[in-house]
Amino acid sequence: MFQAVSANKTKTAFIVLLIALFFAAIIFVISFYMFELGIISAVVAIAISFIGSFVVYWNSDKIVLKIHNARPATPEQDQKLTNILEGLCIAAGVPKPRLYVMEDPALNAFATGRSPKKGVICVTTGLLDNLDYYQLEGVVAHELAHIKNYDILLQTVAGIMIGSAIIAARTASRVMMRGAGGRSGGRNGGAGVLVIMAIGVIFMVLAPLAGQFLKMLLSRNREFLADAKGAEFTRNPEALASALELLGGSNIPLSKSSNATESMYIVTPCAEMRADMNAKKKSSSLFSTHPPIDKRVDALRNLR
Amino acid sequence: MDISIIIIIAVVALLLIYIIAIYNGLITLRNRVENGFAQIDTQLQRRYDLIPNLVETVKGYATHESDVFEKVTAARANMGNAKTVNEKAQADNALTGTLKSLFAVAEAYPALQASANFRELQVELTNTENKISFARQFYNDTVKRFNTGIQKFPRNIIAGMLNFKAFEYYQVESSEARVAPKVSF
Repeated sequence: MFQAVSANKTKTAFIVLLIALFFAAIIFVISFYMFELGIISAVVAIAISFIGSFVVYWNSDKIVLKIHNARPATPEQDQKLTNILEGLCIAAGVPKPRLYVMEDPALNAFATGRSPKKGVICVTTGLLDNLDYYQLEGVVAHELAHIKNYDILLQTVAGIMIGSAIIAARTASRVMMRGAGGRSGGRNGGAGVLVIMAIGVIFMVLAPLAGQFLKMLLSRNREFLADAKGAEFTRNPEALASALELLGGSNIPLSKSSNATESMYIVTPCAEMRADMNAKKKSSSLFSTHPPIDKRVDALRNLR
Repeated sequence: MDISIIIIIAVVALLLIYIIAIYNGLITLRNRVENGFAQIDTQLQRRYDLIPNLVETVKGYATHESDVFEKVTAARANMGNAKTVNEKAQADNALTGTLKSLFAVAEAYPALQASANFRELQVELTNTENKISFARQFYNDTVKRFNTGIQKFPRNIIAGMLNFKAFEYYQVESSEARVAPKVSF
């Protein structure tokens, strides 16, 4: 387990560095060719991208909660949820994470934060309304396991950074294509335009690849691990298994999810993906961030 | 001659470092066990504080059940006197049993069941009961890790030298202990 923790930290550092370099390259090209800053543009690029990456790293939990428009849970309003979390924190021996609720009929939950001390667990109102006490306990335990294993750091930081890299790449390539088209037969520096175009093309190829890279790194095994660890906290694998069946069988999509955050949830937020997975289509299991629900349920039911 | 002295010093130093590492590891584990027990204690105390309130509430409706109240009160007093892990575990088990019979008695009084105060106490108590069992689970897990840590070779020799002793488990009588009582929220 401690190996898993340090592996997660290393992977996070690696991804942050890689994406920072990626952004540095974009900014360098833009400031070099468009603003003609010369060699200073290298300094500007590295400074901006590394400061940006650090800001993202530091605020990742806030960004994610903002995206989901979640409200903090209170003991008065969400008594059952608070009680469950307090009990599980004792079982897991971790400090109590902050609890958030998002108004959404979908059945889903995620965890985020930089470290167990800064952990956050967020559940949908759909989850609160449709699960019984022990099922909800199972889901919260799964998220707590992610927090204890430092999965949240990797998932959140990598998700946001790679997600924004994809968005930046798409925007950049679009802008550049348009700019290059308008300026064809242009005035000076045909070479500069060519370089920019070439980079645009590379970005367009890179963006989906980066997405795949994210999904590979956030290996699906960690979902199995979190299921098992969660069941170890509750000593009740059956409740989590039945909760997963409910979550996987639901056809309500999560409204606030995006490519960047897809890998964070307990089950994939896209309803069609879940339906495909249940129908055992090959394509969905190949590109999915989550293992098929029935495999997870089987694994839980086969725990000792 | 110089070389052999250096080798001896190196071996002794390595051995010392090894012992220090084991010692520190065991201290960490022992602190975790003690922290685990403190967690149980916190929750036991919470339940201890809730009981007088509960008894008073039930008394207001169920006037003819004095023997149940006496049993609960006696079990609670026992709980307060328990010192060692074993004593606490036993007192805890007894108290849990009497509380069960108290709630069983309460079933017969619809007016009591309808009382908001009683329902609140019941939820609170179930919640505390739940936390006790989680705290017990955590404690027993850490005790197991610590005990295994001082029993495996060669650490058992070092643990013996440094006077580390195995901890007692917090035993529960019935195997269905973790199946917490059902509460409808």
